[in-house]
Amino acid sequence: MSTPSGQSDQPSVGDLAAAPPSKVPTKRGVELMLLVFATVLVTGAFILVQGNQAQELKPEILFYALAYLAMFGIAHVVVRKFAPYADPLILPCVALLNGLGLVMIYRIDLAKAAAAERAASAFSGSAPGQVMFTAIGIVLFSVFLYFLRDHRMLSRYGYTLGLVGLALLILPGILPASISGAGGAKVWVRIPGLIGLQPGEFAKIMLFIFFASFLVAKRDLFMNAGRTFLGLELPRLRDLGPLLFALAASVGVLALEKDLGNSLLIFGVVLVLLYIATERFAWVLIGLIPFIAACVVAFKLLNHVQQRVTNWIDPFSNYSGAGGGYQLAQSLFGLGTGGIFGTGLGAGRPELVPEANSDFIVSGIGEELGFIGLAALLLIYLVLTMRGMRSAVAVRDTFGKLLGGALAFSLAWQVFVVVGGATKLIPETGLTTPFMSAGGSSLLANYILVAILLRISDAARRPKSTPSRPGVQNTPISQAHTVMVERPS
Amino acid sequence: MQLTRVGFLVLLWLFVLAALRVVRSDLYAASGLRVSIPSFRRGGGKKDKTGKRPARSARHLVVTHGALAGTRISLDERPILIGRADDSTLVLDDDYASTRHARLSLQGNDWYVEDLGSTNGTYLDRARVTAPLRVPLGVPIRIGKTVIELRS
Repeated sequence: MSTPSGQSDQPSVGDLAAAPPSKVPTKRGVELMLLVFATVLVTGAFILVQGNQAQELKPEILFYALAYLAMFGIAHVVVRKFAPYADPLILPCVALLNGLGLVMIYRIDLAKAAAAERAASAFSGSAPGQVMFTAIGIVLFSVFLYFLRDHRMLSRYGYTLGLVGLALLILPGILPASISGAGGAKVWVRIPGLIGLQPGEFAKIMLFIFFASFLVAKRDLFMNAGRTFLGLELPRLRDLGPLLFALAASVGVLALEKDLGNSLLIFGVVLVLLYIATERFAWVLIGLIPFIAACVVAFKLLNHVQQRVTNWIDPFSNYSGAGGGYQLAQSLFGLGTGGIFGTGLGAGRPELVPEANSDFIVSGIGEELGFIGLAALLLIYLVLTMRGMRSAVAVRDTFGKLLGGALAFSLAWQVFVVVGGATKLIPETGLTTPFMSAGGSSLLANYILVAILLRISDAARRPKSTPSRPGVQNTPISQAHTVMVERPS
Repeated sequence: MQLTRVGFLVLLWLFVLAALRVVRSDLYAASGLRVSIPSFRRGGGKKDKTGKRPARSARHLVVTHGALAGTRISLDERPILIGRADDSTLVLDDDYASTRHARLSLQGNDWYVEDLGSTNGTYLDRARVTAPLRVPLGVPIRIGKTVIELRS
């Protein structure tokens, strides 16, 4: 992974050390200020949790607060150095979400530890693991910002990444259930004695890169060809071939692994990508038809899909039975208990919801911070998505636009699916809340995603470097260094 | 207890408001984002003075070298496709040009040239076009044996 040190000394495109001072404000100061604000908020939240749990302040809060400060301090320095024109809001939003997630996980650990103490059983919390994964995430984030000096580099590996992504998606499906299974879904790859990962989380980003670069290469075909039918311009089927294949494979694989959330996520993002690339609503309609068909088939064939839909329609019809609505009902109770203002951090009982620190962390936030707190949280997600989209609009190359749009939308879509699931707006599908849920793979993948988004926003806001005049040659430009290349027939 | 509960929510919202302030300042300061946002202040009055378009914007594409030398294409909002394909805006009969060679497109008030994965490349002045580049007026773009430039 490490390069020879001499290589980093060579000037590269992204190296701005020698760039003249420009009029475009980098706004790194704003980012630092907001990061400090986020640190204050998160530290305050830790203290509140401790206070409301009627305990004396433990030194471990100091550990969490300092670890948090150190990690995002490093991230800030890395951004300052390697992506100086990056968007100033993305990192603070991520930091706050990650921090609040950490607080909730820690808070649920406390409650579970108390319960385990009463039952005289051993308990190990998930907060230290989350801190560790955040640290690894920040390291990955820095590595990506350092090596990925230009997001267009990614488009060159579009097909390779697509293939690798597909392989990673399939991998847990073909491994034996002892390695890959957990809670009904086969999405893990566990190395015994070491940490397990969900390769699907990383595969997702690779597939987005593939779809974006594919659409850039084929965009003109999509735009030019097509027949008009009922006022909609239909694309030619053969242009769709590779895309449909990749889509069918990923959705099929995910259904095989019973990971509905991710297939919904990938499907939604691809539809939006098609829409961004072609500006044709016909594509969305065409995409919705197989989606509805897939929903119906999944409902008929897969037992757990039926359970989830039943629970969604009425969580109380099978309240305590196996596969019943207990989880969703508890989540609704929690949100109801929280009401408008919430019970206060550490004063509620969010641990009653199964999976309170991963899939249903949102209902814990809703219980303890209330509607007002949850609304603020959703606004932070909105700001994050908006800044990503804005970078995508502002960046000059088509690949960057598509990839930025896809990544930003995937965050928003994920939040919609998770919060919609926890609040009984849509059937529950089991995605993680980006940056908040306990879970290493999703956190790591999201940090990579944010690194790419920051790189795109850096490219979007960076002032154009003045083109240096090369040495004057007096040959007519029409004859200048023409390279003869045999045209492929 | 009540104080901390409300206090935390207030702080959380202050963070959101601080973030939104940054968003707003970006909207007005147009902080280096290259999308041209139609601003309300630049209303009709200013437009009447300078005419419909800014004075220095390109209106024609002129072929200066090559088989099609002398050809003029007047520009509007639509992108210009250049290549050997029949449906290109500028159809080149040139063995050194690719079927879909390059595209000129308007973003804001500027034209950008983009290479569409051609075999022999597109050159703006003497620099090879690898990413969309802004095309100033009068700077030659070379595609195979053909050279074009934008004129006002």
